[in-house]
Amino acid sequence: MLAHLGTRTLAGAVVVAGVVTLTFLLVRLAPGDPVERLLGPTATPAQLEAQRRALGLDRPLAAQYAIWLGRFARGDWGTSIATGRPVRALLGDAVPATLALVGTSLVLSYLLGLAVGAWQSGAGPRVDTALSIATVTLFAVPGYWLGLMLVMAFTYWAHWLPAFGAAGLDADGLTGLSRLADRLRHFALPLATLTLIGIGGAARFVRGAMRDVMSQPFVRTAEAKGLSPFHVTRRHVARNALIPVVTLLGLSLPALFSGAVLVEAVFAWPGVGRRLVEAVQARDYPVVVAATAVTAVLVVAGNLLTDLGVAWIDPRIRRERRET
Amino acid sequence: MRALWRDRRAAFGLAVLVLVASAAVAAPLVSTGNPTAQHDVVATRFLRPLATDHAGAFHALGTDRFGRDVWTRLVYGARVSLAVGALAVLLSVVIGVLIGGVAGFWPGPVRTALLALTDFVLAVPRVVLLLLLAAMARPSAGLVVVVLGLTGWMSVARLVHGEVRSLAARPFVEGAVALGLPRGRVLVRHILPNALTPVIVSAALGLGNAITLETSLSFLGLGVQPPTPSWGNMIASGRDTLVNAPWVAAAPGIALVLVVVACTLLGDALQDALNPTMRYQTAR
Repeated sequence: MLAHLGTRTLAGAVVVAGVVTLTFLLVRLAPGDPVERLLGPTATPAQLEAQRRALGLDRPLAAQYAIWLGRFARGDWGTSIATGRPVRALLGDAVPATLALVGTSLVLSYLLGLAVGAWQSGAGPRVDTALSIATVTLFAVPGYWLGLMLVMAFTYWAHWLPAFGAAGLDADGLTGLSRLADRLRHFALPLATLTLIGIGGAARFVRGAMRDVMSQPFVRTAEAKGLSPFHVTRRHVARNALIPVVTLLGLSLPALFSGAVLVEAVFAWPGVGRRLVEAVQARDYPVVVAATAVTAVLVVAGNLLTDLGVAWIDPRIRRERRET
Repeated sequence: MRALWRDRRAAFGLAVLVLVASAAVAAPLVSTGNPTAQHDVVATRFLRPLATDHAGAFHALGTDRFGRDVWTRLVYGARVSLAVGALAVLLSVVIGVLIGGVAGFWPGPVRTALLALTDFVLAVPRVVLLLLLAAMARPSAGLVVVVLGLTGWMSVARLVHGEVRSLAARPFVEGAVALGLPRGRVLVRHILPNALTPVIVSAALGLGNAITLETSLSFLGLGVQPPTPSWGNMIASGRDTLVNAPWVAAAPGIALVLVVVACTLLGDALQDALNPTMRYQTAR
């Protein structure tokens, strides 16, 4: 088990290193001059040249890469070209916001997805069809559009919830419970958007997995033994259906982060995704590279966690790995 | 095949796709014919759906803030969004079949390298890759096709790889190799035609995905550029007028959801029709 975990961690590190290198190359080869953008159209060629030297952009690509990699590994992620703030501080603020959003929505959407999928696999054809239509629709809705529609309903029509940001303008003056309530109110719409689109995919997959397990001979045996349908579903079907579901959870992490990027952009949620979108639009190289690397690390770490989760759920995998 | 025709999901999916595609093809016939036409802006902007303007023109889905007819923009946007999505899927299928086919038929370091590449690209969030690639050049519809194609081939490659590997051990392939045919020819003429069935499912599901991602990029301003209508930039422009003209953002979104649902249902139905064990289960 430990050896397996070691291999997976190593593979994850290779993925992160590859992503970082690829990102570095892509943004450096891209057209568009960040120095011109930084100094504006009135800059003289001499000023441009000086700024380029100050940022190290006049050196050969390989040298830039070597210097940058050394600094990156030591935790010096450079300075944002567009805002002048240190990249590490910029993303340091953003990572907890993204983790809170993605983590909470992951837990909620899988719990609700499991509930809906399990309900469907035990229900009659009518309920099943109705729920299938609902989940396939949720699965198809683009997150950014759902976000806009929720803003329209809950902010503009009902005046219940704020449309963007993580805290109100007066948040610094608030204390205790009212401050918490302000935070939660801002959290509600991005979370609901990301969770709703997540439920569709999770429920569709749970339904399929439950159906697969239900057609297995051991389920018929359990039924033939006279066990109650509830007992069969809970102890025999759900437990086995959980294995592919947890595996899917790991595989769906990249898609979840993809969704979070757009949802963060719509709601101006101060996370890694919004920083990435802003940095791409401004061609802010250091931020683009660092934000991509941070996303890759989060995805790889999430995959490792789900790997452990699968081993925890499935005794067969634990034993197999202990033997090898 | 007959099972597929009787499947309600396939019927619905095909009907929606055919309807939207024919509306897109026949756009000049079913609309005012000019998605960027602006008449008297002050008098015709923000007309509600089903309204008739002062000149007597009927606007089924209302008008946007420039007085442009939303229905007309929707059908012309369908041209762009569907074409971009279809071309992107085509490109990713070609790349995926190539990589999967080669990885499946040439064991050793080639296979290892190609499979590692596939896993590597799969591990990166697709939107992050899209943003990176889209930021590299001036945004345009062509760029979106290329970028979506380059980031969407992995599932096809995996399917084809598995399929080719199992086919490579079959007697008819061994026979073809034994006849002394070049391996490339064996792969293209004998193996790939037999390996393409599961790719159809993947392409149907991928089409919905590609169309959604095109709209996402256009929504962020990195895809199809206004004034050319695409469903994504229509939603983006409707975002600013959510309060007084919610239909501008709602209409393309609903169209998008319908098309993606159609693709997903069609893909599901195809999968069941192609998978005999599942067919047996549903019959039971």
